[in-house]
Amino acid sequence: MTRLTLPALSLLVFLSAVIAVTLGPADITPGEVWSVILHHFGLLPESPVSRLRDAIVWELRLPRVFTALGVGAGLALSGTVMQALTRNPLADPYLLGLSSGAALGAVSFALIGLTLLMPVGAFFGSLGALALALLIARLLGGATPSRAILAGICISALASALTSLIIFWYATGDSYREILSWLMGSLSGSLWADAGLAALALILCSPIILLAGRPLDAFAFGDTAAAALGIDVPRLRWTLLGATALLTGIMVAIGGAIGFVGLVVPHAVRLALGSRHRILLPHAMLVGALFMLWTDTAARTLFEPRELPVGIITAVIGAPIFLIILLRYRRVT
Amino acid sequence: MSLVVSAISVRKAAKPILADVSFTAPSGAVTGLIGPNGAGKSTLLAALLGLVPATGAASFQGHDLPAMPRRDRARMVALVEQSASTEERLSVRDVVALGRIPHESAWQSAPSSADAAIIDAALADTGMTAYATRRFDTLSGGEQQRVHLARALAQQPRLLLLDEPTSHLDIAGQLQLMALLRTKAAAGVTVLIALHDLNLAARFCDHLVLLSGGTRAAEGPPGEVLTPALLQAVYGVTARLVPDPQAGRPLIVYDEAVPRTSPQIPD
Repeated sequence: MTRLTLPALSLLVFLSAVIAVTLGPADITPGEVWSVILHHFGLLPESPVSRLRDAIVWELRLPRVFTALGVGAGLALSGTVMQALTRNPLADPYLLGLSSGAALGAVSFALIGLTLLMPVGAFFGSLGALALALLIARLLGGATPSRAILAGICISALASALTSLIIFWYATGDSYREILSWLMGSLSGSLWADAGLAALALILCSPIILLAGRPLDAFAFGDTAAAALGIDVPRLRWTLLGATALLTGIMVAIGGAIGFVGLVVPHAVRLALGSRHRILLPHAMLVGALFMLWTDTAARTLFEPRELPVGIITAVIGAPIFLIILLRYRRVT
Repeated sequence: MSLVVSAISVRKAAKPILADVSFTAPSGAVTGLIGPNGAGKSTLLAALLGLVPATGAASFQGHDLPAMPRRDRARMVALVEQSASTEERLSVRDVVALGRIPHESAWQSAPSSADAAIIDAALADTGMTAYATRRFDTLSGGEQQRVHLARALAQQPRLLLLDEPTSHLDIAGQLQLMALLRTKAAAGVTVLIALHDLNLAARFCDHLVLLSGGTRAAEGPPGEVLTPALLQAVYGVTARLVPDPQAGRPLIVYDEAVPRTSPQIPD
């Protein structure tokens, strides 16, 4: 069955992207989308599409669609890896505080004038938050799922407050919209540069993660069991947690702290296809891309012309699912 | 090939956990590792697998186990833990297939037909064939432990280490597991099993190693190691050894707890 699901999902991602570009305040047809793309690749010298409509497709919708696909794939992949490595079904970049840490890192770099290096700041922020979460959980007497989440809540609260403070400090005029877009996450105003950055992060991190699919299976019964199967546990753990922090950091630098994607998507895929990571990881990536694309499309079209931060939609979907997972796994927490 | 352990020492935060432990686990036999809680049984097994820093050596088939490359070691030595559980959605077959990880190449996308045959054989050996498609987390403790043993067998080990695998099993489960280990030993696998239950050790082990406070207190056939004097010294119990005419092995009957007299490692 799994032999066909990957090509089928890829096709679904492709079709969804084409449809999503046509949706919005200005009605665009799929044909016009193709004309614009071909025109910009120089394959169609005389575009039949007006310059305004061309700009809507090429400057607004296409970059946003690609950014959503990349951010969703990255967050879902991060969540899958964190759940396997920490043997914590509740692990998720948002719930463990990585996303808030990344947002804090990004705005801190902006504050000291390093606006171009915001993704680097986000990486250090997410890495710091991850280290802090694991440290606090250990101080509480071992990194059990519930302790890790409690540590994450603490880090999230502090990092979010500091992020808000920094934005409030340096922003002139109305800073609330910007604060909200960092804390809830929003892909509003995504540029080709954002889509490119998301793609770059995926190109850097996903091969490392996807190649570790089989070794990740060995963690099913814990570190000792993995080591007894010949896995270099510390090396694999730090490599993958590093890749996860980088992936999360960059995705947050692009879209803010969009929550629950890394929790909902891996659990849904696991439910359908089981826990073998060779299968789980690539599927989670594609489903994450789809999930983010459609939630973001909803975010920009539901209340048009006003935009909803996409994190509100992912939280409305994700929080009840978090509760269901919590109830199912209450014996481990 | 026998496992020859010589002068294994482990310190944790400057505190000695194991001190100069030496013994031999004969090839093709079941060797029981016994001793009270905290004697160092689990630490010794971890040291053999290179999971805790240790000095000394453990030679098996011409290799020093703690020092050899971990992947090569995992093709030769398998571990069954006390009760390892998982939150992952894995079928029994998926779990047994984990045993092939040390043998798979990094680029292999699915188990080869040779791997599949080894997995089938391990399932059949442990009587779990009918459970292959069941979800692991729906099984009973005894069934889960048999799956763990099947996973270990799928590693095709020459040396099988077990850390109190019978603790959470009912009596039938304990007997099944020990009988399986005897079969494997007869087929040439060297078995080293940490055990809590001395009657189980007396009944099913060919050779016993008694640990006490991180040192080896005794080693030999069950009849030599399980003596009233040693049991009082190490476990702090008075006990009688009653011959069981049918099995030809001693039965241990405990009377009461008394102060231990065993040498402990000074802090």
